[in-house]
Amino acid sequence: MAEAGRRRGPTGKPRYSIFALARNALSYHENWQAAWRSPEPKPSYEAIVVGGGGHGLATAYYLASVHGMRKIAVLEKGWIGGGNTGRNTTIIRSNYLWDESAAIYEHALKLWEGLSQELNFNLMFSQRGVITLAHSEHELKEMRRRVEAIRLNGIDTEVLSTSDVKKLVPIINTDPGIRWPVMGGFIQRRGGTARHDAVAWGYARAADDLGVDIIQNCEVTGFLKDATGAVEGVETTRGTIRSRRIGCVAAGHSGVLAALAGFKLPIQARPLQALVSEPIKPVIDTVVMSNAVHMYVSQSDKGELVLGAGTDSYNSYAQRGSMNIIEHQLAAACELYPIVSRLRVLRTWGGIVDTCPDASPILSRTPVEGLYFNCGWGTGGFKATPGSGHVFADLLAHGKPNAIAAPFGLERFQGGYLIDEHGAAGVAH
Amino acid sequence: MLLIPCPWCGPRDDAEFAYGNQAHLARPADPSATTDAEWAEYLYFRDNPKGPFAERWMHAAGCRRWFHVVRDTNSHAILQVYKVGEWPDPAVLGGKELS
Repeated sequence: MAEAGRRRGPTGKPRYSIFALARNALSYHENWQAAWRSPEPKPSYEAIVVGGGGHGLATAYYLASVHGMRKIAVLEKGWIGGGNTGRNTTIIRSNYLWDESAAIYEHALKLWEGLSQELNFNLMFSQRGVITLAHSEHELKEMRRRVEAIRLNGIDTEVLSTSDVKKLVPIINTDPGIRWPVMGGFIQRRGGTARHDAVAWGYARAADDLGVDIIQNCEVTGFLKDATGAVEGVETTRGTIRSRRIGCVAAGHSGVLAALAGFKLPIQARPLQALVSEPIKPVIDTVVMSNAVHMYVSQSDKGELVLGAGTDSYNSYAQRGSMNIIEHQLAAACELYPIVSRLRVLRTWGGIVDTCPDASPILSRTPVEGLYFNCGWGTGGFKATPGSGHVFADLLAHGKPNAIAAPFGLERFQGGYLIDEHGAAGVAH
Repeated sequence: MLLIPCPWCGPRDDAEFAYGNQAHLARPADPSATTDAEWAEYLYFRDNPKGPFAERWMHAAGCRRWFHVVRDTNSHAILQVYKVGEWPDPAVLGGKELS
């Protein structure tokens, strides 16, 4: 990373290291500095990012580190990383079908590979591989085609036979007689997982170091526009804050913000659920996804099996979904991995995802001058966090999209140039 | 989890229903006369409110009939159920008149 090592900013916090750990152990860990400040909002900023999840904090960090801005605020209505950043199943991969998607997701994966060092924060990034299963002859053929498309974009991926899958995932049931038999799959070995909360905290700490004001409990309630209709600030629950450059990165609530700004987005808010089992000994050291049964599994470092489910069909902002979705997911889990049948569920939760008609994100200018949106990541935004922030910061800084962001503009819905990634999205929209 | 009162079959679990999203959308009378923007609006852009939302449901595992529901997307409260061809009560939609 070109930016590595240029992170010591105005607040000059000491670096995290083994020596800092030892030094603080001697003082009973009572003298660790706060990782970020809790400043009062200033009256105006050079740029405002609405939404303090991973994508928003990454945007603010790259605005400061790459584009040299100093007066930046991140406005978060709750606490940072409390939305989908803290609710996803932490899977990272870049094995998408189309060139446009490959460009943005691979950009993200390359950033992930150096991110713990760059942020000086252990993101527990683990390239344990991501396997996607095929359950029918047709799915297998389609998968082979996708693998070749991915390889043409220079991204590592390979087809697996049923016995290859069994070797990598000994607990999987490869009996050909089950309802969804494992007929093979493909793997991206550079894919894996990261600690989701650490991503928010790492970006927050690094951005704060560069002078970014992270303002929590601050909900945007309206946009201020000047006589020409350009944006000039936001009304919030903590007062008016002015800026002529505002980026909204609010995932499920993007539609609500767009309505406040006076336009519509092609986005629907839907609940997406996940759950974890009670912790057990290590049984799976990779990530296994299945599009056909809408179930994906990995094991956390604490030993919980992390199981992702599908979306509910209806619109919701309630951060909870229906039980029948969980039931379907667990039925698939028990069939594919019979050893889980006697495990207890520790907790389930839901997040509100911003689903887009083509299962691809929107990084775009909007009908309101100076207002930009980064949304529509739907069921798969976590993996893109660094790339999304990096590219969106570039859009905010220059006012026009770079080569990676350009295909993801709102204009694509009028021009018909959709980037249909329903096959690679993992979860049906 | 929703308990949806089908106008014909009574209250049933939402697993029995198929979702039809925003209600009362009219297909442009002359599609070839629309601009790209108008056609994109019809194809891809739907209301997505946090609060009361008039939407279509179909009782897929029951009578298989379509009907309308006004549901609060934040609390999941079902505010009104009415049949195809009828209109929602503007008071339930927070004063918004659909037509």
